[in-house]
Amino acid sequence: MATRSFTSRRELEQHSFPPAIALLVPLGAILLQALLPRPFPRLAILDLPLIVTVFFAVSRRNPVAGTLTGAAIGLLQDALTAQPIGVNGMAKSVIGYIAASIGIQIDVENLTTRILINFGFFLINSFLLFLINRRLLGLTNFHIYWGHELIRAAINTAVALPIFFLLDNTKRNE
Amino acid sequence: MESFFTRFKNVLVLVAILLAQTIGLAVQVRRPVESGAPDSSRVTLIRYWAVSIVTPFERFFHGIGHTVRYGWSNYVDLRNTRQQNHDLQDQIARLRLEQASFAEDAMQGHRLQVLLDFQQHYVSATVAAQVIGTSGNDLSRVIYIDKGAKDGLKADQAVITPDGIVGKIRDVFPHTSQVLLINDQTSGAGVLLATTRIRAILRGSTTGQILINNLTPDDRIKPGEQVLSSGGDQVYPRGLPVGVIESIKVDPDHQPYTLIQLRPAANLNQLEEVLVITGTQTTLSDQAQKDLTAGAATAEAQAAAKQLADQRAAEAAARSAAQIVADRLPSIHDDATDAKAGTAATPAATTPPVSVVPKPLPTIHSDRYSPGATPSAADLKPGAAEITNSTAPQTPTPDATTQPATPKPVQPKPRKPQPAPDSTQPPNPQP
Repeated sequence: MATRSFTSRRELEQHSFPPAIALLVPLGAILLQALLPRPFPRLAILDLPLIVTVFFAVSRRNPVAGTLTGAAIGLLQDALTAQPIGVNGMAKSVIGYIAASIGIQIDVENLTTRILINFGFFLINSFLLFLINRRLLGLTNFHIYWGHELIRAAINTAVALPIFFLLDNTKRNE
Repeated sequence: MESFFTRFKNVLVLVAILLAQTIGLAVQVRRPVESGAPDSSRVTLIRYWAVSIVTPFERFFHGIGHTVRYGWSNYVDLRNTRQQNHDLQDQIARLRLEQASFAEDAMQGHRLQVLLDFQQHYVSATVAAQVIGTSGNDLSRVIYIDKGAKDGLKADQAVITPDGIVGKIRDVFPHTSQVLLINDQTSGAGVLLATTRIRAILRGSTTGQILINNLTPDDRIKPGEQVLSSGGDQVYPRGLPVGVIESIKVDPDHQPYTLIQLRPAANLNQLEEVLVITGTQTTLSDQAQKDLTAGAATAEAQAAAKQLADQRAAEAAARSAAQIVADRLPSIHDDATDAKAGTAATPAATTPPVSVVPKPLPTIHSDRYSPGATPSAADLKPGAAEITNSTAPQTPTPDATTQPATPKPVQPKPRKPQPAPDSTQPPNPQP
């Protein structure tokens, strides 16, 4: 009788997603992000692509996959803006890598952990965007208001939790 | 060596991806500016792919929303439409009058511009477009419209609404265009302060505000002043509303300069339909000429009507003044005419005794010196004894019951002959 053995936590809790989900969910997030602020301008504060990036990274627990997913989502997001292509791509690549690396170490199914990692990743994303715009692109008039970023992180965390629970249903164990 | 790549595979992949994107950023930033294009052809291709993926869905959802809104607003929600129509008619009438008041000045200004050979650019052709999507990123304020190169749009064409300027076309795709809003951090426009006529440069910011930060402190600049496009940027035609000054403060980053924040004239957060300016000309369009001529004709008609009314009022005032003066001046009147007029005149007509020559009042206690008490010289005989004149006017005694103790009120026509003394009254006892 053949028995399966897991040598690490990563192998124990590594999830995968159907290709349709892996493709359509990021696309849907980018599409909603482009559509919603037109009738509801206040919703421009959301960053649905980042929520999806974090979810896939912590669920797959694979830093390479997390990095690639973040880069793809970020580059597609950049292509719709007037910014140089790569600003969001770089930020979300780093976020995907860190989220996947954290997912190996801690239990990311816990609600408190999810709140903390979402809040933290939104602040890290803001900081990375500030660094890229200010240092790499040399935009000296680029300012960031940390009070606003804290509010943005809190709102996005609140939105991320139900999305995480919805997307949990699409997981499949390998 | 193999173990090194295996061991640090994750980090190496991350570094490789970041490096590739950094190089990509450097290429985009350092790329020499091509004619009119915001990006190089490769970047444009990437954007084109992304837009091609996203915009069909945006068009689909926009179409659904538009159909629902159209059905609701045009077939269901028609309450108060008649009242609104009536109000709009009133507004049109009022605006026509306002247009008439400005038309003369506009025509005069136009003539002066022609005399000075001043090149003014008027909007001659526009393309109406609907907003179908946004960038989805509040650090990049960009919208997508449903018209593109197939509709004659080109990069750097101005995008406006009836309220004011919105932005300019940044990138054009076959059926879609990307519009850079004026509140984007990379946006800029040449502006003119309407009252003080100071020229300035407007910029967007990361927070979505539009700012002027190239002016030194000036007491003449006040909040509430309107800001117009100056036309100096070769994108926005001159004179379009940009916004209103909201606040003025010292720029902490550039100390001698002020930071002037504007409230945009167009609602940049909820744009539904916009106009893309596809053509300008140095002369007014035919329709504008017609409107201006109609306005000038209305102004002339108004001026003529006003002049006629003033003339009539002046004539009426002059006639009235002449009448008053003529009535007040003393004049000789025919007694018969006066008597006739006195009998025919109504009390209201005879009340003002302004044209009457004063006459002595009737005597209360008559004596021999009273008028009419002395007999005529023709009746007197030389040497005859003085006889008591029984016809002398008698004044009624205070205790008389048949006659009032006081004389009758003065008649309005005192020039009439004195009434004859009543001979039936008993004579006053002579002292």
